[in-house]
This record gives sequence, structure tokens and C-alpha cells, in this order.
Amino acid sequence: MATPESLAQSEYKYGFVTDIEEETAPRGLTEDTIRWISAKKNEPEFMLEWRLRAFKHFMTLVEKHQEPKWANVHYPAIDFANGVYYAAPKKTPASLEDVDAEILSTYEKLGIPLEEQKRLAGVAVDAVFDSVSVATTFKETLGKQGIIFGSFADAVQEHPDLIKKYLGSVVPYTDNFYAALNAAVFSDGSFCYIPKGVRCPLELSTYFRINAAESGQFERTLLIADEGSYVSYLEGCSAPMRDTNQLHAAVVELVAMENAEIKYSTIQNWYPGDENGVGGIFNFVTKRAKAAGNNSKISWTQVETGSAITWKYPSVLLQGDNSIGEFYSVALTRGYQQADTGTKMTHLGANTRSKIISKGISAGHGSNTYRGLVKVMPKAANARNFTQCDSLLIGDQCGAHTVPYVEVQNSTAHLEHEAFTSKVSEEQLFYCRQRGMSSEDANSLIINGFCKEVFQQLPFEFAVEATRLLEVSLEGSVG
Amino acid sequence: MLEIRNLTASVGGVQVLNGINLSIQPGTVHAIMGPNGSGKSTLSNVLAGHPQYTVNSGEALLDGVDLLSMPPEERARAGIFLCFQHPVEIPGVRMDHFMRAGYNAIHKSRGLDEADPIQFDRMLKETSKIVEIDPTLLKRSVNDGFSGGEKKRNEILQMAMLAPKLSILDEPDSGLDVDSLRIVAEGINQLRSPDKAVVLITHYQRILHYVVPDVVNVLINGRIVKSGGEELAAEIEANGYEGLDQALHPSS
Repeated sequence: MATPESLAQSEYKYGFVTDIEEETAPRGLTEDTIRWISAKKNEPEFMLEWRLRAFKHFMTLVEKHQEPKWANVHYPAIDFANGVYYAAPKKTPASLEDVDAEILSTYEKLGIPLEEQKRLAGVAVDAVFDSVSVATTFKETLGKQGIIFGSFADAVQEHPDLIKKYLGSVVPYTDNFYAALNAAVFSDGSFCYIPKGVRCPLELSTYFRINAAESGQFERTLLIADEGSYVSYLEGCSAPMRDTNQLHAAVVELVAMENAEIKYSTIQNWYPGDENGVGGIFNFVTKRAKAAGNNSKISWTQVETGSAITWKYPSVLLQGDNSIGEFYSVALTRGYQQADTGTKMTHLGANTRSKIISKGISAGHGSNTYRGLVKVMPKAANARNFTQCDSLLIGDQCGAHTVPYVEVQNSTAHLEHEAFTSKVSEEQLFYCRQRGMSSEDANSLIINGFCKEVFQQLPFEFAVEATRLLEVSLEGSVG
Repeated sequence: MLEIRNLTASVGGVQVLNGINLSIQPGTVHAIMGPNGSGKSTLSNVLAGHPQYTVNSGEALLDGVDLLSMPPEERARAGIFLCFQHPVEIPGVRMDHFMRAGYNAIHKSRGLDEADPIQFDRMLKETSKIVEIDPTLLKRSVNDGFSGGEKKRNEILQMAMLAPKLSILDEPDSGLDVDSLRIVAEGINQLRSPDKAVVLITHYQRILHYVVPDVVNVLINGRIVKSGGEELAAEIEANGYEGLDQALHPSS
């Protein structure tokens, strides 16, 4: 029978490499690297200037050794001066028809066919391959309603006014170490603008694929929902199996205007490393949303099953009165994976509400930390927060930690916090097996039950995908 | 149907069953009565294959097949059902989904058709009448927030859905008020049939007024010390277990 140790051997299905010629930036991180990337993207002057300011700031942080050390994760020092910060397929397609067949088949293998006749119904996809967006589906359909959806690089060319206005408005490059690095070297990502009063008719989705062996991936997503609009957005990601660590330092900024709603879901499945903890992605990501307008709503849902290390706190600035922020998370660590993840809910406006549901699952030698901050500012009268963070342990070599911070500066605030840690109990397993279920089925039933409140938030197709991913990840994990 | 021979078993390093012999025929209801700590629950857990219990010696054959070497799920698929004394809660897993997962696992193992959610829902609605359970209760998480009576009735409902060969009911009467007791007992009676057998474990005679047993076995100190007809239960009710204990240790 399987043991907790054997779980790390469960297969990572997405570990293949696409054989394709890529162009990379010269190794190293200097002002020239930044200029090289900006020139490569043919960027307007304001972008280059912004990058250079970010680069300068980043270098001062490096000099002062300001790399964040507070998270409950452990890894060898990253040699930033010696990295590769850009990699892209040599051929740049003019349209979807020109996309390299190897790349198309890569996405097909990942379950995201890009060709017109095979596309997922109801989902528009922007496919990001290493440092560039290679294709966006349903662009014209969306365009008819005034929705802008496509690569960040295209948006810089076609909508510089929007970029100028919103880039860095939620996550300034001074925010933190990795946000500064990203601002300096980011190469592409997705951009989305939903006009006033438009309810986006499709799920929007970006799929990030790291392929190149040595480069990091630094993408940036900017999503703006104008007054009274609605959008549901999903991102997925994966990477080949390699025995060196690769850095993924992304920034996501969301802005919701008055009465607008953004639902942002992530299924994170970067390569987690092998059973001995060798290789895997370092996923150091800054995600923040501004519920800028009154009655706006932001909902983050994340299912984190991949990466060697996850360092990520999708947060909401609740600026508008009556605005709502939600965070639903399932984080699974197995093998030697480490996750330090959670959220920050900053209540600025009156009658703002936030809800945090975090489910951590630890197996093998995995380490799982929930870290969250609920901050109520002086003007946020009648702010409300409900936090629930639960941990599930599988085996006796893993760990779960909960680190909630609370800062309240308004006495009308109402905060609730619940937390519990449990094991999949022998009694629960026996009950299921006595009814005829196999040990594996019993475990997956119990674990899915544990994650239910989060999975319910995902769009249907992706809830199925998340359930399956969890099953595959935990295959043979419990004896 | 079930043959138990010289079965000894331990839990937590302590031997609790000290040589059980029992032969159960199809179509019969066997009551097993005994004082606290006599090994009643151990017997039911050992037969169902609870991993915390260790069999030291002896055998248990279901229709001639060695039961004790099978993992719990295979025993369930072979037709063993345990009505739990304290059914566990499973947060986030809907009761009807749980039941369908078990039903389909058993059907699949026998090469029978699995039920889709709509078919299963229909069967469940019909069957739940037997134990007078409100079907909306089955949309809640497994045993979560169920009252004592609801838990027991729900166990009998599962028994009805799975139609086992041999049902082992571990104190299905404990903690029930008169109305619930009657409903549970009537449910059990409806499920009696010539090709099925029931082992009814109880501390009190009370339920045996409703479910009339074919055989009453008295379990003391991990051994069956006496077997008889339903009149044996009345004797215990009147005199307690003490005289029977003497039968086991005539020298003391």
C-alpha cells in the first residue's frame, strides 16, 4: 500500500519540453538588459523610463539585501546578476495561423487547443510562451463589445494611454523586491479592459508556459473593469521538469470601478520539483486588486498545487464604499514543496466587507503557511471581515502554520476568525471503505470535501480540472 | 452464510475477543447481547475489517470465503455492511454523494450498472421512506449536524440502499427515543429476507421487542457463553448478566 513518502512520485503530466528555437537576452542584469528588452518590444519612451526607474530601485534593494526573508520558506540565494531575463520563440507570428506548429501542439497537450475548430467553447485564451504572448483567441468577438483582451505588449502599442494610466497604479514598482524586479524586466503578459456596463460574455483566460531552460518568467497582467462591468478571468500555468530552479516573478494588477466586479481564478501547476525536492519553480508573485469604486467587488480564487516554493498574497484594497473583497484558496504542498500564501484585505471605505477562506493541505514533507492581514483604516466605518483558515495534514512529516495579522483603526469594525487543523482520520477512511470505496477514492472524497467551499467558486470546467489535479497530485499519497 | 471459528482479536495490544464461535444461516436475525466491555463492538469492527483491530487467530468465512484477509472495501463488496454505532462526520461531502460513491463502487465490483445522479436520487427518495428521513437532510454533509436519531436512521437507509448479504448492526438502538426506535426497528424488519442475515448487537432487550431475533447469543469476556431463542433475552432483562457470567466461570 502507498505510504505518505510515495506521494511525491505521482506523475507531473506537464513536464515535457517543446523543441523550438528561442531567442534569449544576454545573461545578466544591467541597465543594458532593460534597454535590450524594451527595444525588443519596440516600446515607447515612457515604458523604458518606468522600467529604468524600477531597475534603479531594484538595484538599491539588492545592495541593501532587501530580499524578503520573513516568509516561512527556505531556499538557496538567487544569483540575480547572472540570470536570463528574456526568452521568446524566434519566429513571431503575425496571426494565429502563423503560430509555430510545435507551440500549437504544446498547448493542445496542455488541454488548451488554440486552433479555431478545437477551441474551448465560452473561453477566450491568451497563450503566453516563456516571455511572450503567442496567440489570443476570440479577439474579434470580444472586440465587438469594446472589450480589449490580448498581450500586454500589444496593449502598450495600441492603448498606451490606458497603460500609462493604470500600470503600477495598484502594485507600484516600489512595492516589494520582486515587484521591482518584475517592473524592470517583464516582457509580456495579458491586458484586459472591459468597457462601462459590459458583462464579458466569455471566460477570459491566460495560460502561462515556461519552456526555456534557464530563463525566468516575468509577466505582468493588468485588468481593468470599468463602471458597472463584469468579468471572470482565469489563469493556468505549467513548466517542464528540470533539475534546476527557475524563477517566476509575476505581477497582477486589477482595478474595479464603481459597481464593477472581477472574479479572478488561478490554477497554479508549475513544476514542483522531484521527490527529493530537486528542481521546480520559485513562484514569487505579487497580486493585488483595487476595488476603486463604490459597490465594486473583487474575488480571488486560487488552487495552488505546483511550484517548489509559492510566495503569494492576492490582496484587495477596499477603497470604494460598500466594496467587497474575497479570497478563496486551496494550497497543496507535497514532496518538499513549500507554500507561504494568504491575502491582505485593506479596508479603506465605509461598509466594506471581506471574506477569506483558506484551505491548506500538507502531505509528504510539504510545508504550508497561511499568512494574512486584515487591516481596517480609520475611515472604514462598519467594516466586516470573516476569516476561516483550515489545514489538513496527510502523514506525519508535513507541517501547517497559520499566521493571521489584524490591524484595526476603527472601533465599528467587526472581525471573525476561525481556524482548525485536522488529519484525514482513520475513522473517516474506514467509514468510506466500509461502504465499498477504495482507499484512494475515500481519500479524494474527503479531501475534495475539505476544499469544497473554494472549488465552488471556480467556473464549472475549471472546478472539474481542479478536482482532477488534486487527485493526480495526491495519487498514492495516503496508505 | 457466516461461519466464525475460534476467533481471537486485540485492540490497542489488549486481547478482547477470546475465541468466538458463531454460525449464522441465511434468513436469520442473530442478536448478540452482553455487558459493557464484553467485546460486542470489537466483534463488529473485526468482521468489517477496521485497521485498528488485530486478528490473532481463528477464521471467519462468508459463504466459504475467507473474510479476514480482505481489506474493508472488499468485504463491503462481498456483502458485509456495518451499521456504525457512532457514524463519523465528513465535512464538505454531501451525504447523497457519499452514498452514491459507495453504491457505485459496490456495483462496479460486481459488474453491475452504476447509477447516475438522477437515477440514484430517485432510488434514494423512494428508499428514504422506509426510515422516514427527510430527503433534504441527504443534501447536507455526511452526518454533519445530524441528531442521534437521524444518524441511526441514516445508517439503516444506507443498509437499504446497499442491500447487503450480512448486516452487522452495532447498537442501532443506543440513544434513541421511542419513536426513533420504532422507525429504526421497522426499517430493519422491512429489510429481513430469506437470503439475507442480520447480526444485531445490543445492550438492552428493548429493540428485540420490535425486531424479534431467531437466535440470542450472550457475549461475555470475549466469548459467546450462551445461545438460545428470544426467551433468553427476557431472562437477561429479568436477571442481568451475572448468572451467565457464572456459567462461564463455574469455579468462581
